[in-house]
Amino acid sequence: MSDSRQKLWLTILAWTIALLVFFPIFWMALTSFKTETEAISTPPSLFFVPTLDNFTEVFARSNYARFVWNSIAVSFGSTLLALAFAVPAAYAMAFFPTKRTPSILLWMLSTKMMPPVGVLIPIYLLFKNLSLLDTVTGLLIIYTLINLPIVVWMLYTYFKDVPGEILEAGRVDGAKPMQELFLLLIPLAVPGIASTGLLSVILSWNEAFWSLNLASSNGAPLTAFIASFSSPQGLFWAKLSAASLMAIAPILIVGWMSQRQLVSGLTFGAVK
Amino acid sequence: MAEVVLKNIKKAFGDVAVIKGVDLNIKDREFVVFVGPSGCGKSTLLRMIAGLESISDGELSIDGQKVNDLSPAERGIAMVFQTYALYPHMTVRDNMGFSLRLAKVPKDEIDRKVNEAARILKLDPLLDRKPKALSGGQRQRVAIGRAIVRNPKVFLFDEPLSNLDAALRVQMRIEIARMHSDFNATMIYVTHDQVEAMTMADKIVVLQGGVVEQVGSPLELYHHPRNRFVAGFIGSPTMNFLDVPVTAIAPQGVTVALPGGSALLVPVKAGGCQVGDKLTLGIRPEHLLEGGGDGGLTSEALMVERLGGSTYAYVRLDDGTMLTAEVDGNSRIRTKDRIQLGIQGGTCHLFGTDGLALEQIERHPLADMNRDHPGAH
Amino acid sequence: MTTLAPTHPATKPARKNREVDTRPLLWPSIAVLFLWMIVPLAMTLYFSVIRYNLLSPDLTGFVGLENYAFLFDDPALWTSLWNTLVLVGSVLIITVVFGTLFAVLYNQEFPGRGVARLLVIAPFFVMPTVSALVWKNMMMHPVYGLIAWLQSLLGIQPTDWFSNYPMLAVIIIIAWQWVPFAFLILLTAIQSLDTEQKEAARIDGAGPLAMFFYITLPHLSRAISVVIMIETIFLLTIFAEIYVTTAGGPGTATTNLAWLIYSVGLLQFDVGYASAGGIIAVVLANIVAIFLVRTVSRNLQQA
Repeated sequence: MSDSRQKLWLTILAWTIALLVFFPIFWMALTSFKTETEAISTPPSLFFVPTLDNFTEVFARSNYARFVWNSIAVSFGSTLLALAFAVPAAYAMAFFPTKRTPSILLWMLSTKMMPPVGVLIPIYLLFKNLSLLDTVTGLLIIYTLINLPIVVWMLYTYFKDVPGEILEAGRVDGAKPMQELFLLLIPLAVPGIASTGLLSVILSWNEAFWSLNLASSNGAPLTAFIASFSSPQGLFWAKLSAASLMAIAPILIVGWMSQRQLVSGLTFGAVK
Repeated sequence: MAEVVLKNIKKAFGDVAVIKGVDLNIKDREFVVFVGPSGCGKSTLLRMIAGLESISDGELSIDGQKVNDLSPAERGIAMVFQTYALYPHMTVRDNMGFSLRLAKVPKDEIDRKVNEAARILKLDPLLDRKPKALSGGQRQRVAIGRAIVRNPKVFLFDEPLSNLDAALRVQMRIEIARMHSDFNATMIYVTHDQVEAMTMADKIVVLQGGVVEQVGSPLELYHHPRNRFVAGFIGSPTMNFLDVPVTAIAPQGVTVALPGGSALLVPVKAGGCQVGDKLTLGIRPEHLLEGGGDGGLTSEALMVERLGGSTYAYVRLDDGTMLTAEVDGNSRIRTKDRIQLGIQGGTCHLFGTDGLALEQIERHPLADMNRDHPGAH
Repeated sequence: MTTLAPTHPATKPARKNREVDTRPLLWPSIAVLFLWMIVPLAMTLYFSVIRYNLLSPDLTGFVGLENYAFLFDDPALWTSLWNTLVLVGSVLIITVVFGTLFAVLYNQEFPGRGVARLLVIAPFFVMPTVSALVWKNMMMHPVYGLIAWLQSLLGIQPTDWFSNYPMLAVIIIIAWQWVPFAFLILLTAIQSLDTEQKEAARIDGAGPLAMFFYITLPHLSRAISVVIMIETIFLLTIFAEIYVTTAGGPGTATTNLAWLIYSVGLLQFDVGYASAGGIIAVVLANIVAIFLVRTVSRNLQQA
């Protein structure tokens, strides 16, 4: 087989697989522009007049905007909160390491290993007593805690790459630790902090264990809203697709843009 | 006006002692170079003076004031780092003015001082650039400018030229030396490059294993190394060492037997050594003479490197000892030639079994000469 | 100034000044994580040894290991453990095999490689409830689903996935989400393979297969183990996909440990019983976690 023939087959194979893997998402996106009848027609309709009705109706007939807002509030709020906790901690561990620093990092990682079902019951009861069930605040707290170890780890890795001499130069220039952090380290590590934040937003946005168990209506984010379509009565596939498309599109784009940073974050720096 | 005095300075990381008691007096306006192999503690010592490392024990004073517990900024020092450590997110102007900004100096005064330093270092056209847009030499200048702006009592340099290419390094070396005479400041400079040490220093401090091996002027170290380590470390190519027995002791010096049998009188004080003792003879490659000399060594050239001006011959004596000889560039020595190397006793050094040098009877005339500093003394 | 201080007293003040007090920076994170780890776990542990049912609040008291005893006698536990094992095991095999093959495939040069990679990675960024619903409704629905339509084109009776092959259906959905994860990690790992090493192997006469088994696969082994461990942590408590598609059924066909605990605790309100199950989940996850932590810590020492 000649080189160019081989390349042709490779291209065909690779693209076929890529399109197959992506197909469900594509089909969902397509369905969101169909009418409800077209959405369930057999044979499936490939050629149709696209309509935006589903999108307008999703906004008009449900509290879609509120779920979107909850998702945004929960994922961005918890990310900011996690960063506020993690930036000082990562700074301390990266630049003032002690003998215990590796153990602290590993311990933080190990809290991430806790299976959520193991603590579901007490958290549910605690939330019930504290009136946190079905609230944005409740999910925000949980998401901050489950993302904190990853955020600390990623920031730690990024801070480690900042040359220590720059901070020492700052110290010689008279910078106090807090000035060192805010005038030197944070401006220097903006790209790292941003990609850490993105990963945290993605994970919180898609989180579907705690959101399904702790929130159902008022405080529910999009994951829980979409899940409410699982009941078989009524086939609103086109509208469901429109709602889903809007729910996943921003994260998909963000995820595509930051895939490389995600790898080191998701594997705690074990694969770079 | 800044003397730096170190009294029994020690540093330990946990149980590991890295600086094992250093005593040092650095005079006002002196240019002192710390030199030594990597891991000798020279950078740690500098960072302790800077206040970037804590002092485990001993006393450090700058300008008569004990500074052990002061922060780097309070010590009146400025430091130029090996990687320059410029703040990448700030312009050259902001880099240079950062310390003054932190000290809450009024803005117009910051501007004035930064402009002044920029003028001296010819950085004026670069003031609004970010470090990324500068060449290595320019970054180095900015780092120096950042130090100048603070108007410190003591300048500290941590291998500042090691990231520059060879030509630029020579140029910056001259500039730093000029800066020293212009500013009349005390400077402490760390390097592993003995050429930098020899050319820039008023006083060289040779360190090894956290201990000061010798302190002295460059030529004092070259002509009167205190021990075998300093003798081997200063000078390039490195000094040759031969094991030799003592055959006679006289007031004029110690006579030793060279490999091959000939005798050599070395004008050193015998101290405690006796006839029959085994000593080590040290002879620099540039002092091995092709042909003549007091004593002679017969050898075979294994390798010849011609540098043009001079030629390095790597030779093997009949007993297997390897030596390096630096001979004239016009020498016709070729590989496998048998050559006769002459030695003059006056250029040789003798070291006892403890590694210490036997004291020379006469001091070298240049060993105690001070370097000229207009206005400094 | 005139006399040197004796060795010991001089040490402390010097230390105190230079070494920055990092406790205010570090402790908030440690404190909240410590609370997050210890409080709920202690409560689960406590609930698991008392009688505690929200539906019958008058039944209380310490029961020792009774909850555990009931749990171990309950066939539902063993079914759910088995289902968890099947689910985790098959998804792991599928994702590692396809993740590796895809990584090798998409590491080759071909037109549009960048876009093709993005398409393959995409499912990982789709929220679990959306992917479960898309598969349930649009792909696997026995009447309106695309698969049913394809089958009818071929004259085959359409499959009712969630009635007849519920576990397989759940596995397909979850694998579709996690193959991109394995692919993303392994692609990154494969890109760090030294090209000179590959060229040296080619000069030594290694064909594509030899290259894969002797060069690529050993290079990927650590990344693969990381993928396995991280996926295991997540897959042990897969929940949303089951919640949306089968609700653990039919019967207990797709009830994994997570679903069992949820249904006992939050649907039947037997807190004590569910907590005992929770403890079992914690123990299982910790066995995996030990290996993961060990791998990561080796990495930490290298840095």
